Formats: sequence, structure tokens, C-alpha cells
Amino acid sequence: MEKKKINRITTYGLLVALAFILSYIENLIPIPVPIPGIKLGMANLVVITALYSLGIKEALSLSILRIILVSFTYGSPSTMLFSLAGGLLSWGIMALFKNGKLFSFVGVSILGGIFHNVGQILTAVFVVENINIVYYLPFLLISGVFTGALIGILGAMILKRLKHLYQ
Amino acid sequence: MKMLKKNDLILVGIILLLCIGFFAYRKMTEAPGSRVEVMMNGKLYDTLTLQEDTVYTVKGDNGSYNTFKITDGVVDMIDASCPDKLCVNQAGIHHNHETIVCLPNKVILEVVGAEEGEVDIIAN
Repeated sequence: MEKKKINRITTYGLLVALAFILSYIENLIPIPVPIPGIKLGMANLVVITALYSLGIKEALSLSILRIILVSFTYGSPSTMLFSLAGGLLSWGIMALFKNGKLFSFVGVSILGGIFHNVGQILTAVFVVENINIVYYLPFLLISGVFTGALIGILGAMILKRLKHLYQ
Repeated sequence: MKMLKKNDLILVGIILLLCIGFFAYRKMTEAPGSRVEVMMNGKLYDTLTLQEDTVYTVKGDNGSYNTFKITDGVVDMIDASCPDKLCVNQAGIHHNHETIVCLPNKVILEVVGAEEGEVDIIAN
């Protein structure tokens, strides 16, 4: 029992640190597309892997912890708002479809990528109080499909190799 | 675990079709605008004509600023106080309803008035 608890604590600590570092690395890489909100979403790799290996609630606390840490370190209150909106919506949609038979792991990751961007642009509409910026949505949808697929393929590889640890 | 399901491809297909449809619609309805509206915090800050070349600075309450220029009817952000500079990196705009958004400063430049733009061209 005691060992199991220690195991959990270290796993969480490790995953939060990993998500944090991935966000940092992502901050270092300039994105060649000058459209607000387009990102690779590497931290989502940790969230979706946690979603499938640890559980829905565990993935949520990881996601929120990472966002708070990253926003305080590199961002501002406004970036925290956007990250939370994107992160929560993406988590919710992924959790919803995780146990269904409708989509594969990669499909769920794509949904996560898409809805991360949808959440951010909806927040942006409220922040700048202008509906016209939904014109950016198609660009963000396409980017969500590609980054979601990439993260999904990587995540599937990671899960395959981690299987013996959590089963 | 199967890598991809049929539904995944259907999902991607639907999203891509929606986006292609949107881009096609924009391409068909696009027309050069005649004015640029400067919005800040959701309110109209100023309106400028695209006919005159100029450099203009929008100043926010907390010392933030966005500077854009109008040359040959094209609006382009050239400087800003925001940390990400996404608005500066964005290409110039001149079609109706095109926008340049600076989220940190809550500033939006939007090209409007396509119909009047056309009238002006005919008048010229």
C-alpha cells in the first residue's frame, strides 16, 4: 500500500515535470505561421498519455497543474485564460470519447487538438469582443487536425512501450 | 490497439471539407475594402481611409501600443508592445473583413466597406 502511494506521487511529479519541460521546449521553437494560437501542443502528449494510462481525473489535474505552472513562468494572466479554456475543452472532449468505440487513440488526439483551438478562439471572441475573429477558425481547425494526429501517433508509441508499467 | 479507425478518417475528411468550403466561400466573396476600423477592447477606436498612405499608432491605457501603416490600400502592423508580436508578423490585409488581431493588447484592425471601395475605383 505504502509503496503504491509513493509510486503514484513520483509518477505524477514526473509527468508534471515532463509536461512543463515540453511546454518550455515548445516556447523555444518559433512557429512559422503568424496566426495566433497555432502551436504543436507537445504538452498534450503527456495529458493524453496520462488519460489512457492513469485515468480521466488524473489527466485533468495534470493538465491544470501544467497550465498554472507554465502561465506563471512564461505567460501572463491572459495566456492562462486561453490555455485553461483550450486545455479544459480539449480534456473534456477527449475524456468523452476515450471509452467510446467511435474513434481510435489517434482520432481522440485529433479531437483534442481541434477542440483545444476551438476553446481558445471562443475565449478570444469574448476577450476582444469581436465575432469576426472566428475567421481564423478554419486555419486553427486544420492545424488542430495535423498537430493532433502527430501527437496521437507519438502518444500511441509511448503507450505501447509503457504498457507493462501500468497494467 | 488499432492505430486508425474509419471514423478517424471521416472526422478528418469532414473538417478538411468544411475548411475548404470556407476558403472557397471567402475567395468568391472577397473584395478590396475602402476603410480600416481600429477596435480596442471591443470598441471602435478610429476609422481610417485606405486611400491615403499613413502611419498610425493605437495607444492603450496601460502604456501598450500598436503601430500600423497604410500603403497602397494595404494595412500592415509594423510595431507593437505585445510580447508575442504575432500581429506584427502577420501579412498585410486589404480585402473586406480581413483582420489583424493583437490579443494581448485587445486591438483589432479590420478592413471594411467593400462596396464603397468599388464605387471609388469606378469613380476614379
